[in-house]
Amino acid sequence: MARKITYQQAINEALDQEMARDPRVIIMGEDNAGGAGAPGEEDAWGGVLGVTKGLFHKYPGRVLDTPISESGYVGAAVGAACNGLRPVAELMFVDFIGVCFDQIYNQAAKFRYMFGGKAETPVVIRAMYGAGFRAAAQHSQCLYNMFTHIPGLKVVVPSNPYDAKGLLIQSIRDNDPVIFLEHKVLYTMEGEVPEESYAIPFGEANVAREGDDVTIVAFGRMVNQALTAAAALQNQGIHCEVIDPRTTSPLDEDTILESVEKTGRLVIVDESTPRCSMASDIAGIVAQKAFGALKAPIEQVTAPHVPVPFSDALEDLYVPSPARIEAAVTRVKEYR
Amino acid sequence: MSAIHKLTMPKWGLSMQEGKVNGWLKEIGESIAVGDEIVEVESEKIAGAVEASVAGVLRRQIAAAEDVLPVGGLLGVVADAEVPDAEIDAAVADFLANFTPDSGEDEDAGPKPEKIEVGGRKLRYLKRGEGGEPMILVHGFGGDLNNWLFNHEALAADRAVYALDLPGHGESVKDVGDGSLATLASAVTGFMDAVGLDSAHFVGHSMGGAVSLALAQAAPARVKSLTLIASAALGDEINGAYLDGFVAAGDRRALKPVLTELFSDAGLVTRQLIDDMLKYKRLEGVDAALRTISGTLFGNGRQATVLASVAGGLGKPVLVIWGENDRIIPVAHARAAGKDALVEVLAGQGHMVQMEAANEVNRLVKRFLG
Repeated sequence: MARKITYQQAINEALDQEMARDPRVIIMGEDNAGGAGAPGEEDAWGGVLGVTKGLFHKYPGRVLDTPISESGYVGAAVGAACNGLRPVAELMFVDFIGVCFDQIYNQAAKFRYMFGGKAETPVVIRAMYGAGFRAAAQHSQCLYNMFTHIPGLKVVVPSNPYDAKGLLIQSIRDNDPVIFLEHKVLYTMEGEVPEESYAIPFGEANVAREGDDVTIVAFGRMVNQALTAAAALQNQGIHCEVIDPRTTSPLDEDTILESVEKTGRLVIVDESTPRCSMASDIAGIVAQKAFGALKAPIEQVTAPHVPVPFSDALEDLYVPSPARIEAAVTRVKEYR
Repeated sequence: MSAIHKLTMPKWGLSMQEGKVNGWLKEIGESIAVGDEIVEVESEKIAGAVEASVAGVLRRQIAAAEDVLPVGGLLGVVADAEVPDAEIDAAVADFLANFTPDSGEDEDAGPKPEKIEVGGRKLRYLKRGEGGEPMILVHGFGGDLNNWLFNHEALAADRAVYALDLPGHGESVKDVGDGSLATLASAVTGFMDAVGLDSAHFVGHSMGGAVSLALAQAAPARVKSLTLIASAALGDEINGAYLDGFVAAGDRRALKPVLTELFSDAGLVTRQLIDDMLKYKRLEGVDAALRTISGTLFGNGRQATVLASVAGGLGKPVLVIWGENDRIIPVAHARAAGKDALVEVLAGQGHMVQMEAANEVNRLVKRFLG
């Protein structure tokens, strides 16, 4: 049995192993070097939550502390990628991406297409996302759907430590720009992770639980909420299949469609707001390609169409809960 | 009360926390002999039968088909026919009132795999049992120590039994050098030195049988007996398409039909089995290790090394076990291990016979070793 480490340690280990393997891999971001050299501080803090801790001194000159200017260093990372490095830019909160969006969606995502396939942009942009930290509307959003919308970007939303490590290694080795989104509530989650390096290919869903009655497709942290709901539903005799696409772009449609062909019932769990979301996207795909298999309307369990509230009580209601997932599963199961 | 025997959900491997009842193989009131298969249960990894460890009559079926029980949960009751119903009901009520399943957090229970340095290279192994004449379990190509999940504990009832991951496999070092049988065998003798074993009974499956034969050839004094299960190196035929497919498969869809070749019951190729195999295949160095080994040992769909004469000339007890319907290495090879070898061919079984017919294989090995 492999040893257990946290989601955060898994991300750190992936960065460490890829930096050891490939001298072109560098890290850029705010507070990576923070604390280093201060009285009583040997090591750098490693970013706001310490994800890159230990790497600053281990790879001298390759962990770059940047000014508080996402538009500056994300642009620099994209440029460095075009020139042969493999930068991993850390954006702290994904909510800050607005100021550097041109560099991402109108530059990095377009180069391969606009230069006849000759340009590669192997940049990874890591960022925290999601609600649950009492951090209010500007530090809690779930924006993977926005990046998924843009051709030329690959979008990764790992739900557990094993996937976080293997998908980040794949992200760094991939020759296209990758948006790698880490749910802040998952950083402390523990799981079995091999010590060796390994890469998980993009576009391959994980079937986190098998079942014949209802298909649940969930993303990131919501996979764990869905598994909690599925375990409770099992006691009521309802067997859920829980699918974790792992990457929203590319998307493993086949695994979702095969499951719906088997169950005929679909619940999608998405922490994003509902309009133009992964939930509505998958509902559309399944309605078109597996219409004949459906025995009940597709249910979408999402956040409401409002900013993430600062009130603790309201934030708890905002995030899709296992209870809401159970209720949706029961509705599609009992639909006649 | 001692005549009341409770059948409980077995624990097959470290990760098993619950199992599903597939169905009863004996009716209430039927007589049970020791070793009879009473009820079939299924973990997320594999299905198997719970056997009687005592003789008696099946008096209660507490769990019904499709029920999911935690490990240690009560399946049924075997007792002598004379035991009054009231006593049995009291025992059942007592059990149910006092049973608390493992929380799953108590993972310290039972032995855990360890790692040991052999010539600067890490090998993982799991030791079960103590004392007696030690035994070493050697898995096959692409396998690991978990291939012995259903054998290890049973075989370790009266001796120390070591299952190891060969180089290139499981959680051991992924560097396999030239990938030859001699290299793999020397890793095993190095392992024996490291854990302090002068000699051992060897049980090898498939390529692990070939490794055991190579070790017996190089260091006969270190081998007390050989049990060769669907072993390689007893003839030159092997299913080359399987090997190529296994090495090449990079995702679930490619891997499933390949793994199905290993089993007589295709239903055993669960998603969990496939996912575990994919996790292994994606580790850095595994692809190169598998390609090196298969190129060296099984190039062009033939076995490069045949060591059948080693088995015959060893002068030690040899047991050969094979599944009649093995689709990887033909059952005809079972007869090649010399006239003194004890040969057991199990009807209806495939290549992974030690998993699919674990109870039978365990019995044969224990009887062979006395």
